[in-house]
Amino acid sequence: MNAYKVYRIFGWDFTITPIRFVLTGLVLLMAATVLVRLLTGFQYVTNLTDETPWGLWIAFDVLCGVALAGGGYSTTLLVSMFRYEKYAVVARGALLTSLLGYLLVMAGLFLDIGQWFNFWRPFTSWGYTSVLFEVFWCLSIYTTVLSIEFFEIITERIMTKKLHGFMLKILPVLVVIGLVFPMMHQSSLGGLFLIMKERMFPLWWSEFLPLYFLMSSFFIGSAMVTIETSLAKTAYGHEIPHNVMVSLTRVGARIMVVYLLMKLYDLFTMDEWGYVFQGSLQSNMYCIEMLFGIIIPIVIIFSPFAKHRWGLMTYAWLTVLGVILNRMNCVFTSMYSTGNYFPSIFEFIVSIGLISAGVLVYCFLVENFNIIGNERVVQVRIDKDKDIKNLIWSLLRSKRQ
Amino acid sequence: MAVLVDITKCIGCESCSVACKLYNKLDFKKEPRNVKDGIIDLDDNNWTVIQQRVNKNDDIRFVKKQCMHCKEPACASACFSKAIQKDENTGAVVYYPDLCVGCRYCLVACPFEIAKYQWDEQFPQVAKCQMCDKRVEHGEAPACVSACPTGALTSGNRDELLAKAHKIISSDSRYINHIYGENEVGGGEWLYISDTPFEELGFKTVSDVPVTSYTKSYLSKVPVLASAWALFLAGLAYYNHRCDQNKKSDNDGKE
Repeated sequence: MNAYKVYRIFGWDFTITPIRFVLTGLVLLMAATVLVRLLTGFQYVTNLTDETPWGLWIAFDVLCGVALAGGGYSTTLLVSMFRYEKYAVVARGALLTSLLGYLLVMAGLFLDIGQWFNFWRPFTSWGYTSVLFEVFWCLSIYTTVLSIEFFEIITERIMTKKLHGFMLKILPVLVVIGLVFPMMHQSSLGGLFLIMKERMFPLWWSEFLPLYFLMSSFFIGSAMVTIETSLAKTAYGHEIPHNVMVSLTRVGARIMVVYLLMKLYDLFTMDEWGYVFQGSLQSNMYCIEMLFGIIIPIVIIFSPFAKHRWGLMTYAWLTVLGVILNRMNCVFTSMYSTGNYFPSIFEFIVSIGLISAGVLVYCFLVENFNIIGNERVVQVRIDKDKDIKNLIWSLLRSKRQ
Repeated sequence: MAVLVDITKCIGCESCSVACKLYNKLDFKKEPRNVKDGIIDLDDNNWTVIQQRVNKNDDIRFVKKQCMHCKEPACASACFSKAIQKDENTGAVVYYPDLCVGCRYCLVACPFEIAKYQWDEQFPQVAKCQMCDKRVEHGEAPACVSACPTGALTSGNRDELLAKAHKIISSDSRYINHIYGENEVGGGEWLYISDTPFEELGFKTVSDVPVTSYTKSYLSKVPVLASAWALFLAGLAYYNHRCDQNKKSDNDGKE
């Protein structure tokens, strides 16, 4: 570990590395774009049209964001409910990724609504016939629950005496609530597409869509936890035994097999084999999605390849990219007609900026709270004068060099 | 209130779209276009358009396009803040901008791709035919209908218009035996009769099942499944808790 500085400001560790410098820049770029977007509408910032009213922000930031954050509930379900205690090592990391994921999704949604000052309307004007209504309520409640769950980790360090005991007491209730709502809205995100039957390409529309979204969020969850722990290992030396990770991902992969079987069942019952080998853009995208996102990962994880680290990582990345492709296909490919839409540079800037913000906050929290087992941070004596002096000194020193 | 469109009688004068713009105070100057500029589509300043189509016999037909005001409107069912509602008395599917969040789920949900969005506005709203709900409430015909000089558009009670349409079709062999809008995705307030098959005129072939039925059946299952799942989890949590306590007391006993 060399060439990075840690600043301690009021007892909190701020690490500055060149990468984080770049990430901060991206976040600032996003902030500027967001300001323009909120003040001027969609015309200068996005390429959205009547043909593609939902663009990159919905497809990637919201649909993929929620799916990727599925690691939180799937790990909690396995650890807290079904008592797979050996996976407990990843539980806190998964919880944090979920919370950040959901906060970013909320931010993405807020940016994407036209009359954003009206965002609270569904709280008072209940459009209960809409699946989006269910999504909205579940998202709101679940983000609140996740924040409170995470608050337990925070009270470990600050306000320990007053709140931590109380937090520990209400935690079991929160865990149950925190398992109902994410499963409800993961499925209802698929349910959103039920009403688009006349507009979607038949290969993607199915009455099982809610179930498909739920299942894929489950297996992308464990794949994402695998990637996240592997990255955390590189960055923080936090190692989790390989066989634990393999068996965790295999739980997800079993769901994946069921998913594949159901997709095949759909092809037979709705007589859609003709569409699969049609050779059109849609059918090709469907084949790519199923082959690389589902079939190859299943082969890898249940074969000896999984014994190697690269095998597991290939599985995890293919699964994650496969689910992302699936969400993109649902929004874009399945409703493709002239293909006039391609995300503008600003849409990319906002998506990338949101992820950068997530990474920065993740790193800050991991370095300051006991999340992946680095207990050095639990007890830190807060010494304000010394901190600020240190900061000034280090800034001066870095200028001289 | 329903409207019957007799495509054979339309001469493509576009009085209806002018009347629509005047009554609804839409922007004339922005992108001025008419039926001669090729097949134009609806947008935020064109709530109704006339499209010129050529059928197999090289005959020109004019097709009026606007919101179908479905009996089971997908847009109204999709709206999560009730910003689009179906008026029970008039049958019009009406948009209330004050309630609109701007999620654009209605645009994606509409099987006919009718609802459009004001992409150039600072705080954009949804744009679609309102069937002149204020006029219809007072028993008047929508602006487009009252402007039609050839009688291609007639408004009235839906059942009566349907009976009339069936009568026209059976009495005149040139008409094809299909009323577009009678059963399409559950039927709508706008009905079309024509002497040319509707596919050749750019009408979308859709099933008779209202798309809202899929979300309805899904949403009706959710509360049951969610509460069953919550009960199961609560039971499991309690069971785990008891297991832990028993383990603890066993250990205490041993010591």
